[in-house]
Amino acid sequence: MKKLLTAASLAAMSPVAVAAQEASLDDKINDAFAASTGWFVTFIFAPLPFDVAGASFPWIVMWLVIGAMVFTIYFGAIQFRAFGHAISLVKGDYSDPDDAGEVSHFQALTTALSGTVGLGNIAGVAVAVGIGGPGATFWMIFAGLLGMASKFTECTLGVKFRNEYDDGSVSGGPMYYMTKGFAERGLPGGKILAVFFSIFCILGALGGGNMFQANQAHAQISGITGDYPGWITGVIFAVVVFAVIVGGIKSIANVTEKVVPFMGIMYVVCALIILLVNYDQIGWAFGQIWAGAFTGLGVAGGFVGALIQGFKRAAFSNEAGVGSAAIAHSAVRTKEPVTEGVVSLLEPFIDTVVICTMTALVITISGVLVMDPASGNFVLNEAGTAIQTVDGSSGVQLTSAAFATGFSWFPYVLAVAVVLFAFSTMISWSYYGLKAWTYLVGEGQAQELAFKIIFCIFIVIGAAAKLGAVINFSDAMIFAMAVVNITALYFLMPIVKAEMNSYFGRLKSGEIVKHKH
Amino acid sequence: MTETVFVVGIDGSDAGERALAFAKDRAKAVGDCTIVLCYVIEWSPFSFQTPEENEMRHKRREEEISMAHSRVLDPAVAATMNDGVNVIGVVKHGDVAEILDGLAKKHEAAQIIVGRVGVRGLRERVFGGVTGRLVASAAVPVTIIP
Repeated sequence: MKKLLTAASLAAMSPVAVAAQEASLDDKINDAFAASTGWFVTFIFAPLPFDVAGASFPWIVMWLVIGAMVFTIYFGAIQFRAFGHAISLVKGDYSDPDDAGEVSHFQALTTALSGTVGLGNIAGVAVAVGIGGPGATFWMIFAGLLGMASKFTECTLGVKFRNEYDDGSVSGGPMYYMTKGFAERGLPGGKILAVFFSIFCILGALGGGNMFQANQAHAQISGITGDYPGWITGVIFAVVVFAVIVGGIKSIANVTEKVVPFMGIMYVVCALIILLVNYDQIGWAFGQIWAGAFTGLGVAGGFVGALIQGFKRAAFSNEAGVGSAAIAHSAVRTKEPVTEGVVSLLEPFIDTVVICTMTALVITISGVLVMDPASGNFVLNEAGTAIQTVDGSSGVQLTSAAFATGFSWFPYVLAVAVVLFAFSTMISWSYYGLKAWTYLVGEGQAQELAFKIIFCIFIVIGAAAKLGAVINFSDAMIFAMAVVNITALYFLMPIVKAEMNSYFGRLKSGEIVKHKH
Repeated sequence: MTETVFVVGIDGSDAGERALAFAKDRAKAVGDCTIVLCYVIEWSPFSFQTPEENEMRHKRREEEISMAHSRVLDPAVAATMNDGVNVIGVVKHGDVAEILDGLAKKHEAAQIIVGRVGVRGLRERVFGGVTGRLVASAAVPVTIIP
């Protein structure tokens, strides 16, 4: 921080001297960051000891896929059976009118969504398609559909085992169901899992929920204004986030709450228009997605590469199995924890199956990925790590370039959207991180302030670091949360099953009825 | 003869006071009459909230209800009782037009009485004010006191 202040004061004096100072500061932050986090990243993405279809396969991806599959089978494909009921619940058909004024299912869902819909849908998808080819989209959708069952499990538990305090406020999340749920089943180790989860959640909040956001917001802004040091964006973001989470300046948060959903809708509408204009290519794009899912169409790592990318980016985008959503969803007012679990399964659907797929289709159709006309395969970049793009861009800029083929002004809108998405995701994750932090260190103003200040410092680091280092760290932390959370879910899923059977039994027998007149 | 019920919406404004005064006069004239006095806290289950707001929502709701009682509803209920008119006081969260209409149906009211609130912002010009929407959707006659 002191270094930053020095750099800031220099900036006021000599523009020439500053340029050198700024570049080295960004590099220093990046090097220090990569060096200190590299070992953990390597561990999380370590390949399985055996090859899958001739390619190395990170164990963590296998972990998520198996988890989501187990929940899907164990709960009898709840994501498809309860889909219609989820929509009824969100519409308020089953809400008791006497509970008006409490947190509704819709509000719990949209609050959780504003933490997940964001850069994962814009930058993450571009990374997946850029490295894994259009085939990654197939695996992303597949992971999204399976992930709905993971989300159902964790959010039901989140509501069931939340803490309700005397003043009526609530706190919930994996750390609470780990301790209370394990105690209820008479199992040991709940407390240890909760501590591990909290540590990873704090780091995940600082990584994917913070640095990744700041980093991509900077990339987007500098793509329009021309290159300038990342820490400047970082400091500006940090000041605004500080004003909201520490200063309690509601007006900024209120504006974002209203604008972010609007931006999300606008993003989908723009994508739909581009797809409609190119309607004749949609069939071809789906063909590419389908073919690429099983053959890889010449991308790095073949079809396994596509699968790994698809699953990784889906998990990073919709956070199913990660446990973060359980924190957001547990604020709802309901006597039936299962109802919130059912509502939450819409989250991966909206986030991944709808929004991510649109981004992927636009990127595929726009032709920003370079293809060899002779073989129909994609051309790899010089390093052979990703598909060559028309302008050499990746991440948000690739999405931006793809949308710009339809609307030349889109990069400007996207820049605003990215900044707002980044901001709302940071606000959500600062809350998740804070809940984990106070679980560990206890509640109190001093403890909360300490976390919030650390959070703001990491915004600056994230904006200054290079994309690779940030993305790897962010992924690693989010997945580390999933390791602990899914472990706990395996032990606690019988509780969810009992709740589920009881609820749907009463729904079928007519004991639970619609309140709508 | 069955009891006549009037649903009256109040919001602490002069217009609300006038509506109540009118309702009391009518009630006295009718005789066997109960006034259902309602204060509605504007609230939509479809608004967007931050995680902190959700966490504190239950507490805020209790505070809003107790404030509505102490500042507006309870004094109005007491004053109405003093005038010798039967009265039921209700505080609810939701959309004013929907809540008042719902109460009218529930109590089989003869009419809904509200004060006219002047058309204020652009939003009300475009979408119609509360009274406008109430008139358009109510199941029973609506009296608007200017």
